[in-house]
Amino acid sequence: MMGEVSSASRPSIRERFRLQWEPVQAAHVLLYPEGMVKLNQSAAAILTRCDGATTVADIVADLERTCSATGLGPEVCAFLEHAVRQMWLELRE
Amino acid sequence: MNGAREEAAAHAPRPGPPLWLLLELTYRCPLHCAFCYNPTDLGSIGEELSTDEWLRVLAQARSAGAVQLGLSGGEPLVRKDLEAIVAEAHRIGFYTNLITSGVGMSESRIAALKEAGLVHIQLSFQDSTRAMNDFLSSTRTFELKARVAALIRKYRYPMVLNVVLHRLNIDHVEQILGMAEQMGAEYVELANAQYYGWAWLNRAQLLPSRAQLRQAEEVTMRFRARVDERMRIFFVVPDYFETRPKPCMNGLGSVFLAIAPDGTALPCHAARMLPGLSFPNVRQSDIGSIWYDSPAFNRYRGEGWMKDPCRSCAERSMDFGGCRCQAYLLTGEAENADPVCQRSAHHHLVRQAVEQAERTASGSTGDTESPELIFRN
Ligand code: SF4
Ligand code: SF4
Repeated sequence: MMGEVSSASRPSIRERFRLQWEPVQAAHVLLYPEGMVKLNQSAAAILTRCDGATTVADIVADLERTCSATGLGPEVCAFLEHAVRQMWLELRE
Repeated sequence: MNGAREEAAAHAPRPGPPLWLLLELTYRCPLHCAFCYNPTDLGSIGEELSTDEWLRVLAQARSAGAVQLGLSGGEPLVRKDLEAIVAEAHRIGFYTNLITSGVGMSESRIAALKEAGLVHIQLSFQDSTRAMNDFLSSTRTFELKARVAALIRKYRYPMVLNVVLHRLNIDHVEQILGMAEQMGAEYVELANAQYYGWAWLNRAQLLPSRAQLRQAEEVTMRFRARVDERMRIFFVVPDYFETRPKPCMNGLGSVFLAIAPDGTALPCHAARMLPGLSFPNVRQSDIGSIWYDSPAFNRYRGEGWMKDPCRSCAERSMDFGGCRCQAYLLTGEAENADPVCQRSAHHHLVRQAVEQAERTASGSTGDTESPELIFRN
């Protein structure tokens, strides 16, 4: 359920949330009961990869490939932890 | 006067998208609440929009950037096409919320709504029926709500309860919360009645006294401490007891768009009462032009329309001068500061209403001056 974010966890967006691209706002948004968060690019890049099947390790690797960057692990994990605390994500092992 | 209006509209800043869309699908309702927020002259409202017309509204609002959708009424379950409307709304990217009294909910309907993509249901306890006992004791109302609450849980919806508080039920907050707990509520909103529509007609009967309010808040705090995270409780104080107004709708025409059953577009569901405005109808205009170009939606945007004390007040960007409908109802002019504000020259009207409530509650007036409760009919 809750737990710590590890490289083997498979995060997914909770059922009550809806993540989508909004052309009018030119941004991804996360919708929940009576509210909305507008996501910045990196938050959106991470959350759109949280499909409940992909592991954190694979998410990081994929992001590093698409952004031609290395060492993104700590930053991604910190954001995922934040998202779990916000109840946006749930973790499966 | 007219010139000033046009000028205000010309200076109105271009707003962001109408993020929040509320469709009042019908004013029909099997209940008769004394604090119903629907208009009191229901007879004069035009014909309800058809299914196709609602679907067109959804599509237009979605392209204008609307994302949150509230489906309310009246009782939205009265509409047989509710499932079709939800399905289309979900398909095109709305986050769908149903606001219902539960009357008319059955297992087959909730299953169909889930299938259609409905994500959220708010069960309202608005039906304090003629017999207050019926609301409080475990009779028909309780059984109905409990049955619907069980369906809501069974179909894995968050169990969200909204209870309208007023003088006649506020002393029973403990029982109400106990009932909510029994129903497995995750969120409970104890919202004091707001004084528009039918509630305005009944204000003298519905406004609680200060002591009642304090007591109810204490009970809520104790209850909250006991149930902790299991059940989150919001307590909304009636703004008559405040000294600053609420930032009503974040300013009219800034994020919220309501469509009445007959297609009238409103910047707040109570705004129909505001004088001198002709509200556009979705039968004649599309949502984009209604939102961005109609004089009625531009009328109270920005600060150009403000009078003193708001015009020169440092807090005007925080509360936008409060609620226009409340200013109009109490002072006769929508441009005045919301009289809830201590700085308003009309603040005494709010104080008087509260004082009258104190007297009536303590029975010291013999109650002869306060009229009978009028139930929505
Ligand atoms: S407030 Fe009561 S009467 Fe009015 S629409 Fe809601 S349930 Fe019906
Ligand atoms: S004077 Fe007007 S803007 Fe200032 S706090 Fe009161 S209502 Fe708000």
